[in-house]
Amino acid sequence: MSAAAPVLEVRGVTKAFGTRQVLRGIDMTVDEHRAVALIGASGSGKSTLLRCIDLLEEIDDGDVFLDGEVITDPAVKPVEIRRRLGLVFQAYNLFPHLTALQNVVLGDRRAHGFSKAEAEERGRVLLARFGLEGREHDRPDNLSGGQQQRVAIARAFSGRPRALLLDEVTSALDPELVGEVLAAVRDLKAEGMTMVIATHEMSFAREVADEVAFLHEGRIVESGPPERVLEQPQRPETRRFLSRLLEAGRI
Amino acid sequence: MAESALISDRRLEREAAKRRQARRGQAIAVVSSVVVLGGLAAWILTSPGWPVVRETFFSWSEFKNAFPEVLEGFWLDVKIFMVVEVAVLILGLAIALIRTSRAPAIFPIRMLGTVWVDLFRGVPVILLIYLIGFGVPALQLNGLPTEPVVLGGIALTLSYSAYVAEVYRAGIDSVHHSQHDAALAVGLTHGQAMRHVILPQAVRRVAAPLLNDFVSLQKDVALISTIGPLEAYRIAQIIQGENFNYTPLIAAALLYLAVTVPLARVVDRMGGAGAVR
Repeated sequence: MSAAAPVLEVRGVTKAFGTRQVLRGIDMTVDEHRAVALIGASGSGKSTLLRCIDLLEEIDDGDVFLDGEVITDPAVKPVEIRRRLGLVFQAYNLFPHLTALQNVVLGDRRAHGFSKAEAEERGRVLLARFGLEGREHDRPDNLSGGQQQRVAIARAFSGRPRALLLDEVTSALDPELVGEVLAAVRDLKAEGMTMVIATHEMSFAREVADEVAFLHEGRIVESGPPERVLEQPQRPETRRFLSRLLEAGRI
Repeated sequence: MAESALISDRRLEREAAKRRQARRGQAIAVVSSVVVLGGLAAWILTSPGWPVVRETFFSWSEFKNAFPEVLEGFWLDVKIFMVVEVAVLILGLAIALIRTSRAPAIFPIRMLGTVWVDLFRGVPVILLIYLIGFGVPALQLNGLPTEPVVLGGIALTLSYSAYVAEVYRAGIDSVHHSQHDAALAVGLTHGQAMRHVILPQAVRRVAAPLLNDFVSLQKDVALISTIGPLEAYRIAQIIQGENFNYTPLIAAALLYLAVTVPLARVVDRMGGAGAVR
């Protein structure tokens, strides 16, 4: 595994919104088939980092590489890069005017050049895989939060991305619906999907991630195997964060 | 059956009270309507001028005499607003897309869009019809239309495209930017995101106000008559001038209502559907 080439590389990335410095120099490597969990308090920069990697935000400094190719260069077309990545949003962001199947199919048809029949066949298979058989023609408002997020995962995965970026995909869900969404992510991990997972679910991070990176005020202050970072944190910031989660009953 | 046995006296009592309240409300509404409308009718029908007004505005023989000609003129109105509506929908959308685009390259065109809206929305329609109807032919340029009907249609299109562009724009702005992000994330270009994600949602939201502008447009077609074309209002006016009887104008009014009222009902229904969503 460790011999695999990195799929994603983040080098010295900084990003500010106005005077607010959100990312202060991020370095991160994600090898093929590996999952990195980003943990950290709200506002620590997890979402911004994922959005920067998917080129939804323009970075200020540094570079991001996908399969060894720099993607944060003005000469690179963002659309081409986004077609090789998948992003799942915290609030699902499904297209409300389209059915579950149409949500999944849209990218395959318009961005990946599949015919309607091919795209729909692939979409059906994917929805079934995530336990959504029979819900193909439901619109998002007729689906539960857990179902919506699974449609969103199917949508992000349908373009066969090189890496999947998951932005707190369970944070908007009722507790009893978290499990079904995590099962979908586990399933993708088992298949060997390369992933960056921003999450508040520590037990899930421990289970699925090969590496945990703790973000604090725009920097990765500590990273390593989940057991080490979560059980024997070296840095005081990490310890404080984890003990606060413990107090809140989130671990 | 088992459920009806469970209905408590308290519930029956409450439902009976609600029914009493509803009946009293209806009774008050009916009585007050009869009093107000009846009073108004009595006030007008007993006015000293009513017999003359009835003869000059509501003469059945005048109506029968004028109606066929007015109806013929009305077809011109229908043709004009059909064409203008399509042109307005397309042009308004184009202006809205230009105005909502953030691409720096089209900054000059975006400015033009803003000027377009400011200018054509800010000038009275009748003035615009005059300026274009008399100004364009005066240029004596080859290739430009000189027919008053066409020029009037162009003036209406300019004016209404400015309104409709703003309606579209409000719709586009009302779609949350996270939808645009999600569309980009699945690999769509900005144009594809607009076409497949943003616009379908935006148009659905503004369908009622768009049709509302069309109700307004269907009436404003009559303003074209000021530069010559013989449409319903103009013909009614001519007949009125010949016979010194205003009934033809009432005939024209009824024809405008015949197209605006059904459209207004459609708008109502869409508004209702929108509220339920």
